[in-house]
Amino acid sequence: MTRPLALSADPIAATCPAPLAENERVLLGHGSGGQLMAELLADLTPRLGTPALDDAAIVVTGRPEIVLSTDSFVVTPRFFAGGDIGSLAVHGTVNDVAMMGARPVALSLAYIVEEGLPLEELRLVTASVARAARACGVPVVTGDTKVVGRGAADGLYLTTTGVGVRLPGACVSASQAQPGDLVLLSGPIGLHGVSILSTREGLGFDSEIASDTRPLHRLVATMIAAGAQDVHVLRDPTRGGLASALNEIATASSVGIELEESSLPVPAQVAAACEVLGLDPLHVANEGCLVAFVAQEAAGRVLRAMRRLPEGARAKLIGRACDAHHGRVVMRTLVGSRRIVDMLVGEQLPRIC
Amino acid sequence: MCLGVPGRIVGPGLVDFDGVRRDVCLEFTPEARIGDYVIVHVGFAISIVDAAEAERTLAILRSIPGGLDEVSG
Amino acid sequence: MRYLDEYRDPVLARRLITEIRAAATREWSIMEVCGGQTHTIVRQGIDELVPVRMVHGPGCPVCVTPLEVIDRALAIAARPEVIFTSFGDMLRVPGSVTDLLSAKARGADVRVVYSPLDAVRLARRNPGREVVFFAVGFETTAPANAMAVLKAAEEGLANFSMLVSHVLVPPAIAAIMESATVDAFLAAGHVCAVMGWTEYEPLAEKYRVPIVVTGFEPLDLLEGILMAVRQLEEGRFAVENQYARAVRRTGNPAAQGAMRRAFSVSDQTWRGIGPIPASGLVLAPAFASFDAAVRFGALGVTAVEDPACIAGEILRGTRTPLQCAAYGTRCTPRRPLGAPMVSSEGTCAAYFNAGREPQP
Repeated sequence: MTRPLALSADPIAATCPAPLAENERVLLGHGSGGQLMAELLADLTPRLGTPALDDAAIVVTGRPEIVLSTDSFVVTPRFFAGGDIGSLAVHGTVNDVAMMGARPVALSLAYIVEEGLPLEELRLVTASVARAARACGVPVVTGDTKVVGRGAADGLYLTTTGVGVRLPGACVSASQAQPGDLVLLSGPIGLHGVSILSTREGLGFDSEIASDTRPLHRLVATMIAAGAQDVHVLRDPTRGGLASALNEIATASSVGIELEESSLPVPAQVAAACEVLGLDPLHVANEGCLVAFVAQEAAGRVLRAMRRLPEGARAKLIGRACDAHHGRVVMRTLVGSRRIVDMLVGEQLPRIC
Repeated sequence: MCLGVPGRIVGPGLVDFDGVRRDVCLEFTPEARIGDYVIVHVGFAISIVDAAEAERTLAILRSIPGGLDEVSG
Repeated sequence: MRYLDEYRDPVLARRLITEIRAAATREWSIMEVCGGQTHTIVRQGIDELVPVRMVHGPGCPVCVTPLEVIDRALAIAARPEVIFTSFGDMLRVPGSVTDLLSAKARGADVRVVYSPLDAVRLARRNPGREVVFFAVGFETTAPANAMAVLKAAEEGLANFSMLVSHVLVPPAIAAIMESATVDAFLAAGHVCAVMGWTEYEPLAEKYRVPIVVTGFEPLDLLEGILMAVRQLEEGRFAVENQYARAVRRTGNPAAQGAMRRAFSVSDQTWRGIGPIPASGLVLAPAFASFDAAVRFGALGVTAVEDPACIAGEILRGTRTPLQCAAYGTRCTPRRPLGAPMVSSEGTCAAYFNAGREPQP
């Protein structure tokens, strides 16, 4: 005898009617891509006087449509298995532009450097930026460099801004998912987050897990070419993981989402690291996969196109959108029951119980 | 409080969990040998997995007749 | 992973569910004691597949850590000389006005460790700082935390100390049975891996309840439920061991030895339940100098729990969250009052996250 809490569709309203003065400080969790971050943005965006902001936006309508996106990179360690802050800064923004169904055409790059950083490290990162940009075919055309005093920043932060041109036929957005759409995932989840976590002091473990950081704009171009208007939503599930990305889409599109636990591609080492630390692979960050909502009749075509590229070779169907439990993601579990898949709340913390 | 994960001892104080390796204190399982599986909780092996018992449990479960395998969720 | 994946087999799970449905002639109430088991039950939706009322027990020691101990942790963590180390679970648990994550944002040096030995290592590497470890847990964790203090003593690490809030399971089961409507218990497999199950035998006898030592994977839980249901249907009340691959009758003697050296049994308050005699551990007199509460003068910090909270009754299964005036209003997962709302698998939090609300 239950019915949904009127408030529960909006976790912010449900749980945060009047922030305690004590809580009026930014927590690390406010940057982790989950509910806390959503609360922070709900507080800040109205102050900008604009509607809710996405990871990227169309800034010139008409033909062609021009897309703009910006992102800052503060990852520690700066060099990790599979990449570094430089390649991540290129891929992150290239992918944000691509998720609008756009072809990225140029990047800007800004450094904030802490006094005392070894120059050699700055050179290495810069070379990595150049390599990644070349591999993407997206030039870095402008930039900025600032140096701050020791202690005012942690070594090095990068900000990249990307401009892109929308692909002909593309009309994707987080609010376009339709009941009946099939949910496609381009590759395995959890690799980036686990590779970063494995280096944390106090949690450290050894593994061969490498970050999946990679550009996805060619995959997007292939998908739009195969599916055009039938590709409704594209999203790269970075911070907050697949669970948070799907919850945002469910809310933005007012649909329900159904997942099959048995179809989720979780690599063995990611699963093992998550078991040891008590984390949910669905909440772990990714930097090299995307999730797509595609009209059922086009899904097979789009999936085949994805699998022709290396970055989509392991693409698969993981679920569908439905016209029930709007705003919620529900997963059919291994034993055949169903559970709600929540957003990450704040910072991801290892559990012992 | 009970997050305990089975892993295989691969060296002195080193346990492998499907390719993820970590230092583990083996002082509570002095009879454990390399190759044994142990249950690890907060960096300590608290129990050696009894392979024969594990197999026996599974054999009992597998012997349950299939019958109506499909039950509605 | 070996010894995990086999116990998640969906076909065998469905057979066990069929067996449980066939065996149960009425809706028995079965309490799983451990938060780890609740986690699997909730995440896999097991409670919705079996014709049994699953009552989520006291759950995790993190959630039953008394409010005033959290307040003491916050007072200690705020000191500039202190590196405060803790398992990740503890950081979000609210004290009277704030939690450790917020304390960290205000400048406290709070660090997450995976193992208590990581805290000892930090003390070794930072001789100029005071390293405090928040030692919480059931019997599963007590030997590991004991080892931390034994090592620190052995090495003469004067800058290491522990804030101890340890709880013991059997006294809590006894306290719950004094007023509960629970027909059987699933005992926590990893607690029993350390302690064995001999202490549960007098409880099964006295309260005439079946107790099944149970593991944490879906098949373990389903088999544990089946074993409990069969005992109930047959009118038996024995201690049985489902988790035979990891648990022996007398437990782990080496782990128990470390625990006995470092700790003594004491009375303990459980958040949301209240005081339970002889249900906790404190540092043994020989290690009293490692007590962080004494070292940093935090014993004077006291706190009072919110009187509106009916966590004790919820944990005993005598009332549901929907019968609580604070549920969903003053008490939410983000601003919890009692243990069952603190833990994401607690009964109140599970209700809230499923969108359950009282009928108007």
